[in-house]
Amino acid sequence: MLRDQDRVFTNLYGFDSPYLEAARARGDWDNTKDLIGRGRETLTKEVRDAGLRGRGGAGFNTGMKWSFMPKEVSPGRPHYLVVNADEGEPGTCKDREIMRHEPHKLLEGCVLAGSAMGAQAAYIYVRGEFYREAEVLQRAIDEANGAGLLGQNACGAGARFDVYVHRGAGAYICGEETALIESLEGKKGQPRLKPPFPANVGLYGCPTTVNNVETISVVPAILRRGSGWFLGLGRPRNTGTKLFNVSGHVNQPCTVEEEMGIPLKELIERHAGGVRGGWNNLLAVIPGGSSVPLLPKAVCDSVHMDFDSLAAVKSGLGTAAVIVMDKSTDVVRAIARLSRFYKHESCGQCTPCREGTGWMWRVMERLADGRGSIEEIDVLEQVTRQVEGHTICALGDAAAWPIQGLIRHFRPEIERRIAEREASPNQRSAA
Amino acid sequence: MPKLTIDGREVEVAAGLTVLQACESIGIEIPRFCYHERLSIAGNCRMCLVTMAGSPKPVASCAMPAADNMVIQTNTPEVHKMRRSVMEFLLINHPLDCPICDQGGECDLQDQAMAYGFDRGRFIENKRAVKDKYLGPLIKTIMTRCIHCTRCIRFATEIAGVPELGATGRGEGTEIGTYIEKALTSELSGNLIDVCPVGALTSKPYAFCARPWELRKTETIDVMDAVGSNIRVDARGNEVLRVLPRLNEEINEEWISDKTRFACDGLRRQRLDQPYIRVDGKLKPATWPEALSAIAGRLKGVPGARIGAIAGDLADCESMLLVKELMTRLGSSNLDCRQDGAALPAEPRAAYLFNTTIAGIEAADACLLIGTNPRIEAPLINARLRKRFRNGEFAVGLIGQAADLTYPFEHLGEDPRLIEEIASGRHPFAATLKAAQRPMLVLGMAALTRADGSAILDAARRIAETTGMIRPGDGWNGFNVLHTAAARTGGLDLGFVPGEGGLDTAGMLAAAETGALDVVYLLGADELDTSRLERAFVIYQGHHGDAGAHAADVILPGAAYTEKDATYVNTEGRVQQAQLACHPPGEARADWKIVRVLADKLGHPLGLDTLADVRARLAAANPLFASLDCIEPAAWAPFGTAGGIDAAPLGAAVENFYLTNPICRASVTMAECVDVLGDRQGRKTGTHG
Repeated sequence: MLRDQDRVFTNLYGFDSPYLEAARARGDWDNTKDLIGRGRETLTKEVRDAGLRGRGGAGFNTGMKWSFMPKEVSPGRPHYLVVNADEGEPGTCKDREIMRHEPHKLLEGCVLAGSAMGAQAAYIYVRGEFYREAEVLQRAIDEANGAGLLGQNACGAGARFDVYVHRGAGAYICGEETALIESLEGKKGQPRLKPPFPANVGLYGCPTTVNNVETISVVPAILRRGSGWFLGLGRPRNTGTKLFNVSGHVNQPCTVEEEMGIPLKELIERHAGGVRGGWNNLLAVIPGGSSVPLLPKAVCDSVHMDFDSLAAVKSGLGTAAVIVMDKSTDVVRAIARLSRFYKHESCGQCTPCREGTGWMWRVMERLADGRGSIEEIDVLEQVTRQVEGHTICALGDAAAWPIQGLIRHFRPEIERRIAEREASPNQRSAA
Repeated sequence: MPKLTIDGREVEVAAGLTVLQACESIGIEIPRFCYHERLSIAGNCRMCLVTMAGSPKPVASCAMPAADNMVIQTNTPEVHKMRRSVMEFLLINHPLDCPICDQGGECDLQDQAMAYGFDRGRFIENKRAVKDKYLGPLIKTIMTRCIHCTRCIRFATEIAGVPELGATGRGEGTEIGTYIEKALTSELSGNLIDVCPVGALTSKPYAFCARPWELRKTETIDVMDAVGSNIRVDARGNEVLRVLPRLNEEINEEWISDKTRFACDGLRRQRLDQPYIRVDGKLKPATWPEALSAIAGRLKGVPGARIGAIAGDLADCESMLLVKELMTRLGSSNLDCRQDGAALPAEPRAAYLFNTTIAGIEAADACLLIGTNPRIEAPLINARLRKRFRNGEFAVGLIGQAADLTYPFEHLGEDPRLIEEIASGRHPFAATLKAAQRPMLVLGMAALTRADGSAILDAARRIAETTGMIRPGDGWNGFNVLHTAAARTGGLDLGFVPGEGGLDTAGMLAAAETGALDVVYLLGADELDTSRLERAFVIYQGHHGDAGAHAADVILPGAAYTEKDATYVNTEGRVQQAQLACHPPGEARADWKIVRVLADKLGHPLGLDTLADVRARLAAANPLFASLDCIEPAAWAPFGTAGGIDAAPLGAAVENFYLTNPICRASVTMAECVDVLGDRQGRKTGTHG
């Protein structure tokens, strides 16, 4: 269990004020100037050495990502940091808590990350529904501007650094980094083709790095306490602390900061008050937001919550939003609901996702009622494979994986429904 | 020069190519829908996926730049499976209504489904249906067939420069359209039909007309403007059903204007299919011998000086040459091919050519437009100018009526005296031109058809000379005249202009009015004030019952451009030959034959029996006609007449894009365009309002 002194987000629950004075008392903005003064290379190296992996879901090494930015800022092509606060993944609410209660951690992270990549401005793209959060963030920015922490000569380090808040309009796809950039530019949020990657051609055609809110917010702590501290937490290659959201059929749904690699069972039992009706009432867990394959109880018994452990059981850490389903859950219907979500949020740009998400949803709807044939399960499985990996962005994968997980672990349940319906004397009239 | 391995073959390709282009360079065809080499890359259809060593996911070959040491596979079971699966996705919501689809037989989706599709479907849900959109009188939409490749959006936005199409909605609900229902306001909109890989956008006038395999295809050239676009005429029986573009990088690339494409229904209407003679003020049908005798009878004893000939905008070089020879034998030097009175000399050639060439526009870096609206006078030249603009760093100035040219320009004013100011270097735009490496100017008919046209020509020449547009050393000539008539350059090349002491168009009209001219031979000339010809005996040779025919005393029915083997010279000075796609209707005949027979009848045989004879005579008259499809740079020499330029503002050369010649005036499709787009394009005509 994470020791209190290792916590990064000490005001996660909002017991204290989110604003500047209280934030400073918690240690934010403490001598940021000196941290900036270490220089681009050192900052990037420190973060890379700490093994910080992107908290948005993909888990790419953050320091490495920063190092892809051009070493020199060429004239007329400023570097930008874009913070992805379009937290739309179902089940996820960690960035929301940060913006509500720890906005200054995010802002300080912006300054430090910005100086590590030579950026002169950061744009925080806030999910449209997070209206109050954007207000808090804006007030924090205004405070920081007033205190000389942002703006001309930010933190007294000699360079200009501005932070802007931009509110989205509620499209899930705008959480994809290139779609987010498009949206920020005022266009329709549709993912771009890669290459070129944003580090070369990003916002307004300039070098850009897009990082998740949580990723940026832990950067000041890493730089203050050193990469060694961060490395000492968690498990190899999966270091540091992480915000977990536990929702669903638990007694106390919560957002909690824990060490990476905490056993899933411990996370649920210790922090979320256990599964409703006891651990043995557990049916399945979606461990990382709606996009990753679910895990049946047998796997949940022993799995650790980190990138590599979950990948080993053919799921993923994703956003670390744990969705717990007890035995009262209609698991096929639950995944069908997720399929509808992806069908609704597909941007429609590329063929497999545009056509495949609708197809998968319709088949899922029928299978949830047992309307279909056994062979259709295989067709559905193949369709998910046809979508997965063939699209411009990862939404296609995200739509395919939950269904793959369902078929992998709950195929007997789907088959049972089909058989039951076929055996039912009323099946014709009900169809 | 990246070196990569494709299907086990080492290939070295030019830098900047994509993997798809690299594959094509060694003859490996990659299926695609959204990729179009003239449009930006969208990468959304996913049909072109290939596998690349080291990449966990397949890559879209259309978007992936070829790089050193790539190992690409295009022909593995894995790749075939990906193509099959993308094809399956494209077809699940496609209506599969090929039997009633106009794209059938020339449909990318159909072809590729044959190559990569399943023979049955696994999709048992209901298919999506999409409401059809209204895009104007030219484009028919069946949006359920749309595969969302966005080629149309990219064409409209990038090439045509009218960002009126877009995708609304998302996911399955994505629809292509204008959002607010309206007709597309582009002169190039018909090309959307060609870029659409499926049957979502098809030709409205051609709907349900024919199947492609029923059509006889003739490769020929267009005469609706002076660009000389390369076209393919598709005919069934003796009817032209549609016109499609043909690739010519030098001229029209693979686009054509809407007039070129859609005016062909005008070829079936208002046709002169037999000779007529005016009897008691009324035109009566006649036979060829009667018509020719009537002319011979009227011409008997008329001195050459009292005879004149005017060639119209669609006249071919063969018939102009023969008319000129006939007039010479009749002793007349009253000849003119400039029925609009453009102050263009027949010498030197550089004075009336688009010297830069159309493709040459892409090398220019500054441009001065004088009295021209290329968007409606020559949409494809405008498309080149826009293409040049999109490449960046292109300063454009305009003297004349401001219009939306689809690219930004500096409107210097409408006062033609600005031309003199630039010529003398007083105007700041002169400095812009001087600073440019390859400056050019385009002189339009609105500037040249004025009374002070020759002075404007002179001033424009001086601009060219003083701002470094004329550099024979490095092959640059930035002086351009933009013609609006397909016949004009050819006429000037043949010297179809007044001879010693001869009258020009204005002179002939004035003389006819006073009775000083007895006979006027109109070779397809319709854009004249024919009321001034009332006192003269008018011979009209042409193919449409338009203004010239109404004023005629004898009508000799000729052939339209699709009905004869004929030579035209485009505004660049490129000699091209049109081919006969179908025969002239009824008694109508190829124009050179008519003139030849008439000459015989008048007792001045021209000594020509075959088209080859005529072509040999053409080459003798001007050696340029011996070399087809190429450009002979014209030598620079002084031209124009110094003089005062009037302050009257420059007007418009073309009032209405859709109504510039007898063929499009007879076209119902063009009339519909005027009806829908008339407010934007200028006046509606006729009984409107």
